[in-house]
Amino acid sequence: MSLSKRQRARAIRGVQYGVLVLAVVVFALIADWHQLRMAFFDIEVAKALFPDIITTALVNTVLYTLLGFGFGLALGLVLALMRLSSVPPYRWIAVTYIEFFRGIPCLLVFIALGFGVPLAFEVALDMNITVMLSLGLVGAAYMAETIRAGIQAVPKGQTEAARSLGMSHGRAMISIVIPQAFRIVLPPLTNELILLTKDSSLVYLLGLSLTQFELANFGRDALNEHKSLTPILIAGLLYLVITLPLGQLVRRLEARTAKAR
Amino acid sequence: MSGVTTDQAAPETTDAKAIDVQGLRKAFGELEVLRGIDFSVARGEVVCVIGPSGSGKSTLLRCVNLLEEPSAGRVTVAGTEVTDPDVDIDRVRRRIGMVFQAFNLFPHLTALENLTIAQRRVLRRDRDEAERIARANLERVGLSDKASAYPAQLSGGQQQRVAIARALSMDPELMLFDEPTSALDPELVGDVLAVMRALAQEGMTMLVVTHEMSFAREVADRVVFMDGGVIVEEGTPEQVVGAPRHERTRTFLARVLDPAAAEVGEVADTGAAGKRADR
Repeated sequence: MSLSKRQRARAIRGVQYGVLVLAVVVFALIADWHQLRMAFFDIEVAKALFPDIITTALVNTVLYTLLGFGFGLALGLVLALMRLSSVPPYRWIAVTYIEFFRGIPCLLVFIALGFGVPLAFEVALDMNITVMLSLGLVGAAYMAETIRAGIQAVPKGQTEAARSLGMSHGRAMISIVIPQAFRIVLPPLTNELILLTKDSSLVYLLGLSLTQFELANFGRDALNEHKSLTPILIAGLLYLVITLPLGQLVRRLEARTAKAR
Repeated sequence: MSGVTTDQAAPETTDAKAIDVQGLRKAFGELEVLRGIDFSVARGEVVCVIGPSGSGKSTLLRCVNLLEEPSAGRVTVAGTEVTDPDVDIDRVRRRIGMVFQAFNLFPHLTALENLTIAQRRVLRRDRDEAERIARANLERVGLSDKASAYPAQLSGGQQQRVAIARALSMDPELMLFDEPTSALDPELVGDVLAVMRALAQEGMTMLVVTHEMSFAREVADRVVFMDGGVIVEEGTPEQVVGAPRHERTRTFLARVLDPAAAEVGEVADTGAAGKRADR
């Protein structure tokens, strides 16, 4: 081999670019552009989706997500504190709960609450309540572990300083430890919110009326109606409208926390 | 173990004593850190505890406000036996100011909020009163212009002074200092010591674990030298720092006061004292 190390690296990079360009050219040649455009970018279909896809579907997605997240966060905090309790039974309950709900699909919880509970107890839960419980029960298991880690990440000196000022254990938790723990876990909690946004599509199982449609359902319904993939693409883009700013928010919060530490 | 037999006659200690420690022992598992400590601090007295690292001096301090649970013995603070299992330790702690080596300011709160939070949540003072007292104490440590700063925006020396002001805002009867200048850059130590010196002059009862020999010599009414979990000697600064009677005290002081010379000296007397056994 007469090539130097640097020349060889350049050659390999050249081949990589070549393969990429070739793939793009081949795809461009064999793809049926008209067909693709009609399937994904049908302007007429897209127009028909608005404004309902925003005023109903997007709003419902956000609503379901926030319901589940709010309940999950509250329950997750309780579970995290139980997990750290000095009373063993509380720890056992929390660990069992967390392991159970982390280990089963959210889908199963939706089925249990949406169909199981009404059949077994002969009470129909309100739709919003069902969504809140289903998303929240599972989300809480994840959030509990996150919050627990956050609480444990607060330096021991913080508790000692609080206790030495005469605060009780509970007061020190509420005023000093938990606020700091939440700053630490804000990024992972926001990731959980993003996951819940996507999981909220599972409500399709419950059988929705038109006003209860969220993005995924709305897209699927419109797909059947228009025989076009355009609604799916737009629904997908609208999910990104929710999740991308959240990701941005996480980065901003991380930067602010880094400054305040 | 004398605490067991005298339990009935408990809290009537002489009121002149701010801190009274009897037969104090503390073990972490196998490791015995305090091996029988008897000592007391009178009201208005400034006592400095010196000694090599691992000698148990910080543990002693932390046993006074029960941040560490003593394994045996009795600790009485301002007439209240804190080692009594029935005592409400939170009530006792609010009368004892504590300053930590690592400052331990609350990073999510401003300097002012650091000073007001316990006043409001523990002493139930209203916001105006708490802020008035907080500002007065920031003034006292020379940081009235830093009220709205977050700890991360302050230098180490400023943070430690805020921490002292935080403790003072609770109107403590006595103050515990756990190596308050050990985490500071040398040029920042002076400001903190100046605040402590002023406090001592105002008559505050202070128990100070420190390596600052000049501070101990100048400010302390009494110096306690600890090594290996026991008090080796105590007395006035002139006695303990100026003319130590024990070999271990001399070795320690030589090392602290003149580290370069001590290294030479240490080679000479390694066998003699065996003082590193506890570490």
